[in-house]
Amino acid sequence: MTLDLKIDNPDPSHRPDDLAQGVLGTETDRPDGWAKVAGSATYAAEETVGDLLHGVLVRAPGIGAVTCPNLSDVRAMPGVRAVLRDDRLIRNAAQGMADEAPVQGADAADYVGQPIALVVAESFEQARHAAQVLDVVIQTKDAPTDPSAVDPEVPDDKQSAMGDLDAAMAEAAVTVDAIYTTPSMSSAAMEPHAATAQWDGDTLTLRGSLQMLKFNRNELADSIGLPPEKVRIMAPFVGGGFGSKLGISADCVAAALAAMELGQPVRVVQHRRNVFEVNTRRSETRQHIRLAADADGRLTGLGHDALVSNLPEERFSEPVVQGSHFAYAAANRKLGVQIARIHRPASGSVRAPGESVGVTAFELAMDELADKAGIDPVELRLRNIPEKDPESGKPFSSHRLKEALTQGAEAFGWSARTAAPRQRKEGEWWIGTGMAAAFRVNMVIEAEARISLRQDGAVVRSDMTDIGTGSYAIFGQIAGELLGLSPDRVSVELGDTDYPPGSGSGGSFGAASTGTAVWLAGMEIRRQLAERLGCDETELTLKDGLAIFSNRRVPLEELLCDGPIDGHGHVQPGDASEKVRQATFGAHFAEVAVNGVTGEVRVRRMLGSFAAGRILNPRTARSQCHGGMIWGIGMALTEELTHDRRDGHAVNRDLAGYHLPVNADVPPLDVLFVEERDDWAGPMQAKGIGELGICGAGAAILNAVYNASGARVRDLPATPDRVIATLPD
Amino acid sequence: MKTTLTVNGRPHTLDLDPRVTLLDALRDHLHLTGSKKGCDHGQCGACTVLVDGRRINACLSLAVAHDGDDITTVEGLSEDGKSPLQTAFVRNDGMQCGYCTPGQLCSATAVLREVEAGWPSHVSETLEGPATLTRDELAERMSGNICRCSCYPGINAAILEIAEESTDYAEAAE
Repeated sequence: MTLDLKIDNPDPSHRPDDLAQGVLGTETDRPDGWAKVAGSATYAAEETVGDLLHGVLVRAPGIGAVTCPNLSDVRAMPGVRAVLRDDRLIRNAAQGMADEAPVQGADAADYVGQPIALVVAESFEQARHAAQVLDVVIQTKDAPTDPSAVDPEVPDDKQSAMGDLDAAMAEAAVTVDAIYTTPSMSSAAMEPHAATAQWDGDTLTLRGSLQMLKFNRNELADSIGLPPEKVRIMAPFVGGGFGSKLGISADCVAAALAAMELGQPVRVVQHRRNVFEVNTRRSETRQHIRLAADADGRLTGLGHDALVSNLPEERFSEPVVQGSHFAYAAANRKLGVQIARIHRPASGSVRAPGESVGVTAFELAMDELADKAGIDPVELRLRNIPEKDPESGKPFSSHRLKEALTQGAEAFGWSARTAAPRQRKEGEWWIGTGMAAAFRVNMVIEAEARISLRQDGAVVRSDMTDIGTGSYAIFGQIAGELLGLSPDRVSVELGDTDYPPGSGSGGSFGAASTGTAVWLAGMEIRRQLAERLGCDETELTLKDGLAIFSNRRVPLEELLCDGPIDGHGHVQPGDASEKVRQATFGAHFAEVAVNGVTGEVRVRRMLGSFAAGRILNPRTARSQCHGGMIWGIGMALTEELTHDRRDGHAVNRDLAGYHLPVNADVPPLDVLFVEERDDWAGPMQAKGIGELGICGAGAAILNAVYNASGARVRDLPATPDRVIATLPD
Repeated sequence: MKTTLTVNGRPHTLDLDPRVTLLDALRDHLHLTGSKKGCDHGQCGACTVLVDGRRINACLSLAVAHDGDDITTVEGLSEDGKSPLQTAFVRNDGMQCGYCTPGQLCSATAVLREVEAGWPSHVSETLEGPATLTRDELAERMSGNICRCSCYPGINAAILEIAEESTDYAEAAE
């Protein structure tokens, strides 16, 4: 039986608080953690498959028509079984939730690094060698690769205006009018994209490194020309995604085509250098931010205009101003995103698309405003919290920015701060603190899950993935809470399209969306148990394997002696988003040291306070927040994917050139959760937490750099040369 | 080429293409996929294994160069996958996606031995031992193992917990 829920209205019942098992909301171990520490968790390239062939992707070294003059020589090399130059190869990874094939073709390259062939051989070494020998000749075509050198698209639906911003700027007591830039960035998940494809003559089975299997199945089927029901995808373990594995990737399509052609299993693992090119990057942004405020720092106008880029025919554009629509009150507003169509590698979603770079730049501008107006940066944010959505006028479903700011400031010791920059020095190092607010939209995506309650415990199944986010842990807790089982009696099986379609992992919606489907499945089982016992579901207490009502205690085993009870849950977004504005809020605080001689920045400590509804597992949630904050360190100080000025190619396309934060870059971090129950977020009142931690984190660091040293860096990342260039004399 | 590797205490004789890296020999020829390939360039540390007790990046080394060597992978760190260090990683949430975890564990195992043996690091105050595993020392010594999920707080808490336990044990034994 299926329990359906469309989220149209608030649910004030707060049922999780009535349940007796006491596992939801507690710190539990990741059940998948044991396989991960033992080395027995099998990722996409690791399933033992007999007669496995190895495929290596070949990249285009330029932009234009592609020919391979020595194709037949390469096909004759030792061990080589095929060199695929198939029109069905995909140009780049599909965008998140595309649900259909991305742009395909191998005869022409739209960007440097596009995969234009797959070499398949009996061993990896043979395939790699043959791929290096394959001669790829480009008939170079003139293609723009600089976003500032083309006339950008100005889509109407991405522009909005209210009142008269120019007039507000002219009349304001204090203004900020500045350009901020962020570079291309990469998800750089630790597991390179990989696929192992098997074809039995009828059905394609693919082990992939993917985030959203129900969409990925349709994307793969459409790419290779099979009906979706003839495609099964499995991804029980995914070595990180951060957006780069939302859509079907080039390795999956190439492996599938080769397996079907050769009738043998084929594995394709993207080389780390492919990963930086073939999958989607975070677009570089140029952000023009204007702030108009009265003498008390109350915003009368705000403008946020962004230029981003993408390849032709890509539907995604970095939604830079998404957070600015609702972050602060101001009567006069102008927001917009323009898109430069250029031939750099495709851009797409990377952790918190929009707010990660948009809120970060906006919060840098807010700090400049606080400085100019002589108002404490925390106080400035507090004065500009809107009472309702500043554009639509809708109420907020719940709004805890004030609490995040004040509780965070208190815990960080913000009141000890000196407002003027360059007040504290230790040897060569200037010391200072900074803060920023955090904003992120909250979404629910349609999701299904099934629970089977058996005498030996419960089994939860969904095609939902766990990309490190904690799905395995949380779903076990949800099912355990509803069914009165400790989490070790719940097994969670994920990442297989044979299971009910979950939301997939992305946009911070996984835990709340698929988690709600798990909740509904559990609720359906409770209803059936209550029916067997002749009571109402709300009268039933399930705890430690016992069903308890009106002084009766019945072991669950007895109720299940005729067989398991199944429950199916199905959640869909409803009218809620028409009625309320829903988001998550937070605040970041950072202390940094800036070397006055070299310009080096060291983060000394950080604190983040976050409001995201009910926290389902504080341990996994805290780890997600740590992740976001550390990504903020990377965004502020080190991460920059550099494009060659001649052909747009990603120059530093490996982990030696693209500088991720390492252990020594990360200081002690504190995370505090602001108590919140958002009744519009479904029966658990839980919202997404996976991305909030990155939104604005980099701004807190750079605002601290200013407070420490007086260096106001508006072009990210704040590498030593940029800090030195902006340090006051 | 015939190559004998002793992996996790068991000898294996393999006939390998000389181009096969130690990492690919472990993963593809011995099906010990615990050691991960994150970059194949020695830049991420996911492939860290212990060779004759010292940590190396298995992707940067050819298998045939290790004929006769004693190699420990994550699968060999304990019988049941629940050594104190492995358990501490789970309890402290020292992993999210888990892909860098085997390398972190092998590196951490070696770090604890290196400190015990008094090896200095870039941040050590003196080059002449004994070394103390402060937070800064640990962060420095573990910086060859990248975690993009950014679980460094949990990783460090787990390793420091084990270091403290072994210090307590050593002090109790004195």
